[in-house]
Amino acid sequence: MSQTTEKVRKTLARRYRAEKRFKAFGLGAIGIGLMALVLLFTDIIGKGHSAFVEYEIQLPVTFDAEVMDVSDPRDEEQLNYGNYQGVIRDALADRFPGVESRLDTRALNQLVSTGAGYALRDMLREDPSLLGETRTLWLLADDDVDLFLKANEKQREDSRLNEKQQAWVAELEASGETRMVFNQSLFSYGDSREPEQAGILGAILGSLFTMIVTLVLSFPIGVAAAVYLEEFAPKNRFTDFIEVNINNLAAVPSIIFGLLGLAVIIGLFGLPRSVPLVGGIVLTLMTLPTIIISSRAAIKAVPPSIRQAAMGLGASKMQVVLHHVLPLALPGMLTGAIIGMAQALGETAPLLMIGMVAFIVDLPAGPLDAATVLPVQIYLWADSPEQSFESLASAAIMVLLAFLITMNTLAVILRKRLERRW
Amino acid sequence: METAQQLDKPALGTNDAARDKAINEQAAMTQDTPYPDQTVGTPFVDDPKMRLRDVEVFYDDNQAIHGVSLDIGKNEVVSLIGPSGCGKSTFLRCLNRMNDTIDICKVKGSLHLESQDLYDPKLDVVELRARVGMVFQKPNPFPKSIYDNVAYGPRIHGLANKKYDLDEIVETSLRKAGLWEEVKDRLHAPGTGLSGGQQQRLCIARTIAVSPEVVLMDEPCSALDPIATAKIEELISELSESYTIAIVTHSMQQAARVSHRTAYFHLGRLVEMNDTETVFTKPEHDLTEAYITGRFG
Amino acid sequence: MQTGNLLLLLVVMVAGAYYLGLRRSFALARPLGGIRHLHSLPFYFAMRSAMWCALPALVVLGLWLAFDDSIIRQQVLASLPAELQPTDASSYNLTLSKIQNVASGALPVNFVEPPIAAAAEHLQSLRQTSAMALTVVVIVLCMFGGAWAWLKVSPQLRARQQVERVLQTLFMLCATVAILTTVGIVMSVLFESIRFFGKVPVTDFLFGLQWSPQTALRADQVASGGAFGAVPLFMGTMLISAIALLVAVPVGLMSAIYLAEYASKRVRTVAKPALEVLAGVPTVVYGFFAALTVAPFIRGMGESVGLDVASESALAAGLVMGIMIIPFVSSLADDVITAVPQAMRDGSLGLGATKSETIKKVIFPAALPGIMGGILLAASRAIGETMIVVMAAGLAANLTANPLEAVTTITVQIVTLLTGDQEFDSAKTLAAFALGLMLFITTLVMNIFALHIVKKYREQYD
Repeated sequence: MSQTTEKVRKTLARRYRAEKRFKAFGLGAIGIGLMALVLLFTDIIGKGHSAFVEYEIQLPVTFDAEVMDVSDPRDEEQLNYGNYQGVIRDALADRFPGVESRLDTRALNQLVSTGAGYALRDMLREDPSLLGETRTLWLLADDDVDLFLKANEKQREDSRLNEKQQAWVAELEASGETRMVFNQSLFSYGDSREPEQAGILGAILGSLFTMIVTLVLSFPIGVAAAVYLEEFAPKNRFTDFIEVNINNLAAVPSIIFGLLGLAVIIGLFGLPRSVPLVGGIVLTLMTLPTIIISSRAAIKAVPPSIRQAAMGLGASKMQVVLHHVLPLALPGMLTGAIIGMAQALGETAPLLMIGMVAFIVDLPAGPLDAATVLPVQIYLWADSPEQSFESLASAAIMVLLAFLITMNTLAVILRKRLERRW
Repeated sequence: METAQQLDKPALGTNDAARDKAINEQAAMTQDTPYPDQTVGTPFVDDPKMRLRDVEVFYDDNQAIHGVSLDIGKNEVVSLIGPSGCGKSTFLRCLNRMNDTIDICKVKGSLHLESQDLYDPKLDVVELRARVGMVFQKPNPFPKSIYDNVAYGPRIHGLANKKYDLDEIVETSLRKAGLWEEVKDRLHAPGTGLSGGQQQRLCIARTIAVSPEVVLMDEPCSALDPIATAKIEELISELSESYTIAIVTHSMQQAARVSHRTAYFHLGRLVEMNDTETVFTKPEHDLTEAYITGRFG
Repeated sequence: MQTGNLLLLLVVMVAGAYYLGLRRSFALARPLGGIRHLHSLPFYFAMRSAMWCALPALVVLGLWLAFDDSIIRQQVLASLPAELQPTDASSYNLTLSKIQNVASGALPVNFVEPPIAAAAEHLQSLRQTSAMALTVVVIVLCMFGGAWAWLKVSPQLRARQQVERVLQTLFMLCATVAILTTVGIVMSVLFESIRFFGKVPVTDFLFGLQWSPQTALRADQVASGGAFGAVPLFMGTMLISAIALLVAVPVGLMSAIYLAEYASKRVRTVAKPALEVLAGVPTVVYGFFAALTVAPFIRGMGESVGLDVASESALAAGLVMGIMIIPFVSSLADDVITAVPQAMRDGSLGLGATKSETIKKVIFPAALPGIMGGILLAASRAIGETMIVVMAAGLAANLTANPLEAVTTITVQIVTLLTGDQEFDSAKTLAAFALGLMLFITTLVMNIFALHIVKKYREQYD
């Protein structure tokens, strides 16, 4: 056996230990990354799943004309100013006859959401003959009651309900006068100060309008810019400057785009604050680099032979591009656009700058109505003190992630489907 | 022999198209007809350094090497020649298990370095590669200084205890590779700054710094100019005094100049192996003759 | 006429011009014996007409809409009597919003001084005039443009070339949006910053150790000036970014190495996209995670070992930010590592090096410049990250290097200063733009430098 072999043998044990250690580090690193992912998702699902359901309380409600101060349910004005809380209060008093003191009465009245009155109004509008009748109804519970009912034994000790309220709710629960239903208000209302009445529809609409504006602006501009840079731009300083700008804009912090929107689009051009139109413009400027870069890659992937073939038939440069290159590059461009949109959909910081962070109850009807977007709604709710808002925020995150996953899956499918192998 | 005679039928092509046709027909025939299992010539020697029997290599389902058996003698230079894609590089890479780095590659047969089974599961591939070094087709110096390139092997294997020892190993290796005089003043300049031929000699120095017993060379001159090639060839002849060398080459002249024995590979089979002189002057197999007379390759 | 309706009318007129252009080109072609005697296809003649009809009108429309509001405002303010003329910027804004509110009916006329009411009326009438004039001008331009193009149609007209040239120019304008955006960013942060530095000296801002940007409501209040020393913000930003990089660089780098060099194909196809999911999660989600899960957890951990941890500790924000950047680092590192030629690996393995020795001593040094560039890009991303720190880091500007305490960052302060009610001119608002300028310059320099390194590195192995 040679001297070398002997020496090498001596080192082997040590070197293989190092090899194992190194490999373990790598595996550990991936483990950390994946664990973070799993933790993130379980945490959010764990917090948010309960927000998709809500509790209702069963009460026999009498539509008493006098208490409501509604004599003619067909009169819209009377209907709107009716005292529906009054009949609910009466119904609660009937259900728990022993409650006397003012403090207790108030505590009792807090069990039902203030939003339940609107439900009564809507029922009365639908069916005016209800006036004077008594119906057993399921009414939306207050968020503290909701939390109490969703909580387990141990968590119930920390409930914000006082002892009497807890006893009442427990009584209702035991006698089957509470039920859990799908949280419809989550998908049918805008923001609210009351967690049980707050929904994400307003934010979803706001996001939708913002995304429409972004897509309408960024896709044509991005594709046109990419076509120019790949096909027409002469190789000169100006073109280089454009490229440097695009590359750098791709890495500029998003909040800076918010400052741009605030100072230029709102300050200089005088567009209104808090509207999806401005949000869309800001996000357009932010996603343009992404779209331009991916569109250029798609154009580059079209083989030169196709260009030469068309050119050889006497097509002009513009005809070659419009008739051949663009249609072939379109799938790649669309993929890039979807990814850019997904990025824009999750963006929050620049929209805070342009005032899309306001508390807005009404559902926006167009890109010029004040609105908020899904990520900003999450931010607002995460900052709210009530615990119910925390699970609402988690639920909103789940919805946002569902949108993002759908979009990214779509991009992947599109790429697979339309991918051409040259 | 019948097949071989049939192969001879296509007349000597005077133009490229005819030559291509000849090659294609040969390839088609070799696929249809069973190949002679027996290698002609004398592939075996007494007391070999490496004893290789029935070597078969698969890439997934494709068989790249079909039952090759040959010996490599001590302090002998063996050259492996043959048309491109004949499996000579694949075969060479089996000899220090570089094929391990390719997931889909499987090697069968009995391969021994002296008494050591190369594919023994207990064998340490690190130790094996310290004994069987390799020089690659394209010069691949690390992006480090010349000194660090040569010292890399001794360092990882713990061959030198002191800086002084290491210096000595570096100097001897560079001297043996014939590079010392050219680089002794700039040992700490990057190795990538050398010319192509110098880089390849650096890679050879790097390989012999570990004092391997066998050096494998995979077309070491194919990326070099004629002058650099001549230097490397000269170096190979010198090295053969102390090392056993197996060299894959594309150039028949090179094989003729540097090697003691030559093996001719064709479509994954060893067709003929003999003394270099015999192979080039009196080839026994028609395929060998066709190749060395330039009818294809 | 409302802008929306005007645009609709414009579309109709353009369509008309297109149709007329098409008709005329066919009409001209017929006596000559078919459209192949025309210089260009009828489509191009029609497009040319449509362009002539649309472009001048659109340009005027755009400019008009961009500037009419500010011009009208100037005129209305100038019409005010001298004693009501605004003296400084804040009273300017106040007067203006008063006038606008009266004009829109939000503020009853009898609530304000008569000159203001008159100004409001003036504003209304100017607006109406402007809208009417715009309608007329746009329609006239459309008609003239369309008519001129229609008249010019002739068989020899090089319509295709003209249409293509216009299209190409349009494409080029789209490409210059990138430049305009950069210019817009520079302008918006620069001008406001200059105004800020007019109120607060640059040196105070850059080297001051005190940050308390509240401006007083009355001039005689205590600390009415506010303090604008940004050093605590810079330190806070660096602290959180450093924590983030300490998490992201080793984890990202090692996972990239493992995936590129060790992992089997199966592991790779699962682990790689899974890690990339981390990159697709919106930052607000990370902020939520940091503020409501990680921060309380760290605080609880600290309490159990007797450490006093702030509920908005830098550690929580930094850790979560680190998780966010892991995929960023790993994908950059993966690019760089796979760019190292296989020949390097073969060379090292052929000498009998183990895999980890090859990685540590050959691949890693070879890839180092690229990896450094990647880390620099990651750092610039950490510095500019907003939502995680807004939600999970503090507001108090503590000058500390203790990761268990609350610190604030540049981005947090920008958001805090600019959300909620604000006057456009106070030092408080302007300070946000000065911070924005700092942020922009820092990240820009880091990005340019990093991209340069990475590019140099790529060229080395091309």
